[in-house]
Amino acid sequence: MLSRTADNLYWIARYMERAETSARLLEVGARISLLPSASGYRNDWDSLLRASGNASGYMAKYGVAEQHLIESFLFFDRDNPNSVASCITAARESGRIVRTALTTQVWDALNTAFQELRQIEAQPRETQELSRLTDWVMRHAAMVRGAIDATLLRNDGYNFLNIGYYLERADATARLMDVKYYVLLPRADYVGSGLDNDQWSMLLRALSAHRAFHWAYGGEITAAKIAHFLILNPQCPRALITCVAGMHNHLGRLAKLYGRATPAQDAVSALLAGLEAQTPETIFDEGLHEFLSRFIREAAGLGAIIHDSYLSGDML
Amino acid sequence: MLLIVDHVTEYHYDRPVRGVVQSHRLTPTRCEAQKVLDWTVSVSGGVQGGSFRDGAGDWVQSWTVAGPVTDITVHVQGRVQTFDTAGILKGNREPVPPEAWLRDTALTTPDEAVRALAASVAGQEPLSAAHALSVAVAEAISYRTGATYAQTTAAEALALGEGVCQDHAHALIAAARVAGMPARYVSGYLFTDQDEIRHEAAHAWGEIFIPGFGWIGFDPANRCCPDTRYIRLGCGLDAAEAAPIRGVSRGSGEESLSVTVAVQTQEQ
Amino acid sequence: MTTYFNEMYDGDTVRGPYARLGDWTASMPADKRLAKQAEAEALFRRIGITFAVYGEGGDPDRLIPFDMFPRVFTNSEWAKLERGIKQRARALNAFLVDVYGRGEIVRAGRIPANLVYQNEAYERAVSGFVPPKGVYSHIVGVDIVRTGPTDFYVLEDNCRTPSGVSYMLESREMMMRMFPALFRENRIAPIDHYPEVLRRTLASVAPAKCDRDPTVVILTPGHFNSAYYEHSFLADLMGVELVEGADLFVEGEFVYMRTTEGPKRVDVIYRRIDDAFIDPLCFRPDSMLGVPGLMDVYRSGGVSICSAPGAGVADDKAVYTYVPEMVRFYLGEEPILNNVPTWKCANADDLGHVLSNLGELVVKEVHGSGGYGMLVGPKSTKAQIEEFRALILADPGNYIAQPTLALSTTPTFVEEGIAPRHVDLRPYCLVGERIELVPGGLTRVALREGSLVVNSSQGGGVKDTWVLAE
Repeated sequence: MLSRTADNLYWIARYMERAETSARLLEVGARISLLPSASGYRNDWDSLLRASGNASGYMAKYGVAEQHLIESFLFFDRDNPNSVASCITAARESGRIVRTALTTQVWDALNTAFQELRQIEAQPRETQELSRLTDWVMRHAAMVRGAIDATLLRNDGYNFLNIGYYLERADATARLMDVKYYVLLPRADYVGSGLDNDQWSMLLRALSAHRAFHWAYGGEITAAKIAHFLILNPQCPRALITCVAGMHNHLGRLAKLYGRATPAQDAVSALLAGLEAQTPETIFDEGLHEFLSRFIREAAGLGAIIHDSYLSGDML
Repeated sequence: MLLIVDHVTEYHYDRPVRGVVQSHRLTPTRCEAQKVLDWTVSVSGGVQGGSFRDGAGDWVQSWTVAGPVTDITVHVQGRVQTFDTAGILKGNREPVPPEAWLRDTALTTPDEAVRALAASVAGQEPLSAAHALSVAVAEAISYRTGATYAQTTAAEALALGEGVCQDHAHALIAAARVAGMPARYVSGYLFTDQDEIRHEAAHAWGEIFIPGFGWIGFDPANRCCPDTRYIRLGCGLDAAEAAPIRGVSRGSGEESLSVTVAVQTQEQ
Repeated sequence: MTTYFNEMYDGDTVRGPYARLGDWTASMPADKRLAKQAEAEALFRRIGITFAVYGEGGDPDRLIPFDMFPRVFTNSEWAKLERGIKQRARALNAFLVDVYGRGEIVRAGRIPANLVYQNEAYERAVSGFVPPKGVYSHIVGVDIVRTGPTDFYVLEDNCRTPSGVSYMLESREMMMRMFPALFRENRIAPIDHYPEVLRRTLASVAPAKCDRDPTVVILTPGHFNSAYYEHSFLADLMGVELVEGADLFVEGEFVYMRTTEGPKRVDVIYRRIDDAFIDPLCFRPDSMLGVPGLMDVYRSGGVSICSAPGAGVADDKAVYTYVPEMVRFYLGEEPILNNVPTWKCANADDLGHVLSNLGELVVKEVHGSGGYGMLVGPKSTKAQIEEFRALILADPGNYIAQPTLALSTTPTFVEEGIAPRHVDLRPYCLVGERIELVPGGLTRVALREGSLVVNSSQGGGVKDTWVLAE
């Protein structure tokens, strides 16, 4: 397959996943804004912006964190490359470029999302409920994902799509945790009093893992349980280890398909082995923030190696 | 005359480039005025690409260099026995008719000054018109290095009144084409005596098609027709097309270039 | 008043080829027709067959209007067209090989040297080169208009990269899906093998150094190009890669594409980008679309480029007037298809005639395309004519003029029902080891009442084109 084709497939997945992340952030933000806190109504929009990965872009444009501006920034703003509108447009454009590598169903799902987005954009903003918008994104992201899983040939393109999904998801989970890492710090004053209920539930909600967490872990909520769930539990679909294992699987399939391994397989194996050797204790010993920063860096490094090994076409 | 050529071009990129492609017109023309005794072209780290003879009889050889690379050396060495044919190109195999050499390019687009040059030889027999044009160009553009650059057009050089062999050749062929004579730019080497090292050994001149004779070389820079001191490499509609080395690099590295050309003779 | 040949109705009687369409028309009341039309449009949009008008901005996902009323030829009408088109394609290719070689036709004085050698489209970079099988133009799109039962004229030749074949194929697909009964009642020659014939044609001109089953690719300027859909459509149907310039690179004697498994050699490039952008080393140094060093590989037999660089010199509108002469000179035959009489404004006599008859003539730029930069005298205002007069006087060599042809009409669905609209025809002749023509082509229809401009960029639509098997 052409390297450029693989690159576009990989980015279709990353953009769709990123659109979903932005939508989820919006949903959480809306929920948080309804909750009272010690100092009046809580303002967690700032941390959401940071989790979205483009706080500096927002501040440069608006200067002040206000709910309706942030909503617009995360959903509609074409100046924000991570907004839902930017991501869906980019995913659909990548799809158009590699139209022949997609099934009709996948193309239909991408194209329908884009055509509906244009209708949404044409309507006045104030008439649009945020929860309906975020539902809309989740639905279309799921339709694209479903069309890929149900109809696409299990060839190299399928592997590149999945690698894109998992890499983007791992990055989003790690960044979201990092923004709120202090909530999970086992500090003395929390002993026996549990964690700040609103804070951890916001984090889990942002990862659509709120209910799953309760099913998976009973009893009192502890920092160790949450860290375990979101980093080390392979049952959690957004856990770092799940994402890395997913990339490991698909890179392994590529090596087998092409009869040739690249530095990417070594890199993902090392990343996976590193995670498997961790426990919540070793993570807190290293420092959660330090651990997450290192993971984000290593995941980005893996992305660069995948780029050099398969997507740039410059390998020798 | 036996001429010995040693021509080194060194390319340096301030940042490594991902690859380089070059197209060479660096092989002496097969014609009665020159007989190649030996001739080699090497490109450091290069892979020899395809080669072919074009419609004007030039031998074109391409090369690629895989990156990352910061330095490339192109080295030309050889010996050529030359003969005097009074500047007439004989024995070169070129199927395409001379009418193909009447069109202008960006570098040879005529202006009033070029047209005036052409008009100054109007009414003369083609051969004497060509000679007269060559003299007129030499008068109009005095030799000075540094006044012009690679992209200077014929019209600009005439307006400036100064230039190098490239400008002479451009002005000559631009005016010849206006006068209805097919004309082209020729690149090659020139042997010069120690005491008159006015010109670079890498040289350029013009060729004009004269019915009954064929292609004849005219070198306004030296006010003569090519003789045994000249080695002809290739031709084109202008300097850009006839360049002995054309290249493109992939990457953002800035290119710098140093060229040394030595042409010597050996008494037999 | 001009009378136009109606391809379906001769007075009140229905002409032979359309005989079975009468009932079909009668079975289509307005509501059913509108429903079908909407169905067709939804299908087109769903598969993404859209067309962006160059330089016009607006909706990049605009559809070319599709008219469901087919245009029909009998087998014998087509047989003559086919012979004429193939003859023309052979002559044009013979001309190209000649003018990049010894130029015998010029030496014989049958065409002026300056028209060839000083032509913008003449590429010195290929002079002296004979491409594999002696073919420069592998896809010749011949634009044909009809003025009477047996009167066909060639309007222009397209020797470079004629577009529109995807509409020919999709229109047929659409008709078969919506009106299967029509295809049972009429014996309509199939055209769906076009992509396979194209692939075979391209493979048949593999370069000298290719010693295996050739790898064919389509080279596109990219997804911003208005014809990107077509490029991607053809690549898909032929089962070949659709590449951009940056996907290709030259190493040693060959061209390779960058794949996830490493470099893969490419043997034949069906390019849909202009000569000037093919190779920055050879042509425009600022081109980001091309492949540095490609021309040297091409000329040394390491890759084939279709159509060959330089093929445009044969479809220039001034050279066009000499095509009948080419047929006589190279083939020793009389042309089967007529040229439209053409005045070349470069000639003083012709210029005079053109300037005194601007109101009746169609004036075109020599290098123009897509229906831009042209004057349709009878449809223009005085001011427009005067504006054009000034343009012609400023640069006569840039213009040719032709009589306004009485383009035939075919029945077309319009808002009020069915009405005659003017049409032309572009068949696609494939030239490789063999010369082949699938029975059909792209019929373009001027949807505006009375309009003679069929270009899709100027309000034209497309129709399915039928050739009846017997």
